Amino acid sequence: MTKITPEIVAEHGLAPDEYARVLEIMGREPSITELGIFSVMWSEHCSYKSSRLHLKKLPTTGPQVICGPGENAGVVDIGDGLAAVFKMESHNHPSYIEPYQGAATGVGGILRDVFTMGARPIAILDPLRFGSPEHPKMRHLVSGVVAGIGGYGNCMGIPNVGGECTFHAAFDGNILVNAMTVGIAQQDKIFYSAAAGVGNPVVYVGSKTGRDGIHGATMASAEFDEKSEEKRPTVQVGDPFVEKLLLEACLELMAGDAIVAIQDMGAAGLTSSSVEMASKGGVGIELIMDDVPQRETGMTAYEMMLSESQERMLMVLKPGREDQARAIFEKWGLAFAVIGKVTDTGHLVLKHKGEVVGDIPVGPLTDQSPLYDRPWERTPKRAVIDAATVKGSDDLGATLETLLGTPDLCSKRWIVEQYDHLVGGDTIVRPGGDAAVVRVRDTATKGLAMTTDCTPRYCLADPVEGGKQAVVETYRNITAVGGLPLAITDCMNFGNPQRPNIMGQFVGAIEGMAEACLALDYPVVSGNVSLYNETMGTGVQPTPAIGGVGLLEDYTRSASIRFKAAAETILLVGETAGWLGASIYLREIAGSEDGAPPPVDLAAEKRNGDFVRGLIRHGEVVTCHDVADGGLLVAVAEMALAGGIGATLSTPETEVPPHAFWFGEDQGRYLMAVPPDRVEAILDQAKAADVPVTVIGTTGGAAISVDGRHKVSMSALREAHEGWLPRYMAS
Amino acid sequence: MKAAVVVFPGSNRERDIALALQRASYTRPVYVWHGETELPAGTDLVVLPGGFSHGDYLRCGAMAALSPIMDAVKAHAARGGYVLGVCNGFQILAEARLVPGVLMRNASLRFVCRDVHLKVEATDTAFTGGFKPGQVVRVPVAHAEGNYFTDDETLNRIEGEGQVAFRYCDADGAVTEAASPNGSARNIAGVFNAGRNVLGMMPHPENMTEDVVGGTDGAILFDSLAKALA
Repeated sequence: MTKITPEIVAEHGLAPDEYARVLEIMGREPSITELGIFSVMWSEHCSYKSSRLHLKKLPTTGPQVICGPGENAGVVDIGDGLAAVFKMESHNHPSYIEPYQGAATGVGGILRDVFTMGARPIAILDPLRFGSPEHPKMRHLVSGVVAGIGGYGNCMGIPNVGGECTFHAAFDGNILVNAMTVGIAQQDKIFYSAAAGVGNPVVYVGSKTGRDGIHGATMASAEFDEKSEEKRPTVQVGDPFVEKLLLEACLELMAGDAIVAIQDMGAAGLTSSSVEMASKGGVGIELIMDDVPQRETGMTAYEMMLSESQERMLMVLKPGREDQARAIFEKWGLAFAVIGKVTDTGHLVLKHKGEVVGDIPVGPLTDQSPLYDRPWERTPKRAVIDAATVKGSDDLGATLETLLGTPDLCSKRWIVEQYDHLVGGDTIVRPGGDAAVVRVRDTATKGLAMTTDCTPRYCLADPVEGGKQAVVETYRNITAVGGLPLAITDCMNFGNPQRPNIMGQFVGAIEGMAEACLALDYPVVSGNVSLYNETMGTGVQPTPAIGGVGLLEDYTRSASIRFKAAAETILLVGETAGWLGASIYLREIAGSEDGAPPPVDLAAEKRNGDFVRGLIRHGEVVTCHDVADGGLLVAVAEMALAGGIGATLSTPETEVPPHAFWFGEDQGRYLMAVPPDRVEAILDQAKAADVPVTVIGTTGGAAISVDGRHKVSMSALREAHEGWLPRYMAS
Repeated sequence: MKAAVVVFPGSNRERDIALALQRASYTRPVYVWHGETELPAGTDLVVLPGGFSHGDYLRCGAMAALSPIMDAVKAHAARGGYVLGVCNGFQILAEARLVPGVLMRNASLRFVCRDVHLKVEATDTAFTGGFKPGQVVRVPVAHAEGNYFTDDETLNRIEGEGQVAFRYCDADGAVTEAASPNGSARNIAGVFNAGRNVLGMMPHPENMTEDVVGGTDGAILFDSLAKALA
């Protein structure tokens, strides 16, 4: 038997005091297999040891919530006996090392999380953060990540309808690849992971187990250094075809009543799935490792327990249902094996070649996992920038053209077109606008609005306001298509939590998010934490990516951003103070990333959102856009470009300097375009609702002009907007 | 119209096409598993749907073309029965030699999903009877291997014999290189067999059959079939 030395313990990423706790729990020196199990279960990735304490502060309940965080995905009531099931996860570390497979298996993992719950996935969304476009590796990373996401999702036949893609040097050493899946399940057919029924068979289905991905969870729980390239073998390789078969086979079996519990094998594979199932059910599980379907010969129990081979599931079946289940999986050409049984011992017992190679009490393994109250320091407040002191713009049209051609604001068509966003035939509002809208099958007129948002530069400047802003931007994007925001999933991407300033960012973001969720009745139902997004001591910008899901009772009454007709009146909802701190204008035009980010007024967000949503739901508004990155003029240009119709704008009477009025990033704002004969009624309603609405212009023409002086042609804007990304990728 | 939609392991647009057929004909098509050896009695139309049959491993459509059901599909076509292959279905038809030519990797080497314009080249078939000659329609594509290729002699022949169904064009109907999403020879988006009872096409008319998803141009194809096979 392998002698466990301090070196072996360190290689497994366990701190000395953590190993002392292992010895205490076991009452003896663990076997190498047992040590491996402790190491992955107690890794940051699986145990949330640095974040658990703070995640508890997030609101997770509400009348719409069927299942909050803790299961494979969150479950929300959408009426008609149906539920939306969704979650977002990160696959940052693997995607940097091997972009195609890292991103592909990220998509595969989150799809599995959703269909494990009994839901058919209906959409994928992918927020991506890349480093500086000039970084020598970046083009390769963009190309590989996008191809990997497309390669997996397209083959699965799940439309990819949204996400974000921005660039900043802070992500040079650690790109962020997050993936969200939304699925639909019947409320009475939701599957959970708690094992039950002593003697019930534990069944393994899906791909065979190989040596790929061993210690992936441990890799995701450490900083990168110059040797990270050597970690390539720990990146898993995906097979979307097998996952498609697994999806269909699982849903076919789930239509019956043979399953007691089901859990996908994601990070830490067989270990985390069996431990989770036993722990949630308060039972033991015995596994016969010889019966695990194996891709390679001579695999040890250690390797099998720690493999992260993809496209695998663990199930507990009702007694006597093995043959029924086997027939379904064999029809789909998938491995099926009874590899163990549920026991009453409360232990995870592993037998291999006639010997017990692991025997761990499940309760202590999970309950006594490390929990750290890491020291943290609050992020110092930045000074508010007076817009009057920021370099102005002599030609708003030319400035707009410049901004639309920047990496963050340019069209992401090059990416979107590599994802099948139409398969299924239910995509009502396509990607490229605010939220996407996907029709809910087997209902009369229901649709789901979905979006992912976060503004890392705000979060860096002020994690509390940034956390709030990420939540409210999803709220606004869902509202802007006519959806009622229901709940969110979060993917918390931060640096090394052992640094008090990073931990302070995390704590601050949670605080802001919690405040926004409470104010908007918009709870968190699932999520993921990705720490150690840090290379050689430099962390990423804090990025609490938020995925929001909302409900449209009638998808025929949705709005989209494109101008639909000329001679419509353009209305601005919300207050404009001309906030330039931490804005894109400040960064791209004035060359500074300073300043406090725009404050979020949650009461105004709710008021303005309810007002806009009401108009869309009553069919009074079909053209709407949330005002976000780049400010008002950028938002107008996005609507104009989407519709191929220009706009004539005039600056209302204001104290705000023109560059701040048109490019400031004040929150809580929307743009709407409506026929002129509707304007008066809308202004009256706005007054009654205490919502500021201002007429700022008219649609029409082949240019965007402001106050008759500043003018830029639509063709120039289109060239700037569409040109950057394809040119960058081809260069 | 009695339609059968073949489901291969990895098919993923079978439901989309079944709904489009149902909207046109008010009859629900039957799904047929690829491992079957017979089509349902009285089948008028067989559809091979889009997707990634067998993961597109080996070569797109290569393994599906050898599926047990394909003998029955070939016999159906030989009898003059109608067969429609869309996207991966087109690739399968090409691999099974039921339509001329092959589908290669897109010239861009990337997957492409977007709306394209098609010029309808033949309107005297069961598939296209509802289109106007030369009509320009808008439907989406979603594929990585849609680059149609065959030798010049074959291209000349199929053009001469009215076997080209659709070509990629711009919104005004001009057949230009820039209008093609994949680099297809002579912008060919869809071809018939010699008997014009088998059609293979890369674009997805089934995803453009309702105003709410962006248009109804694709419905014309299914309406044509429903009318011809009523």
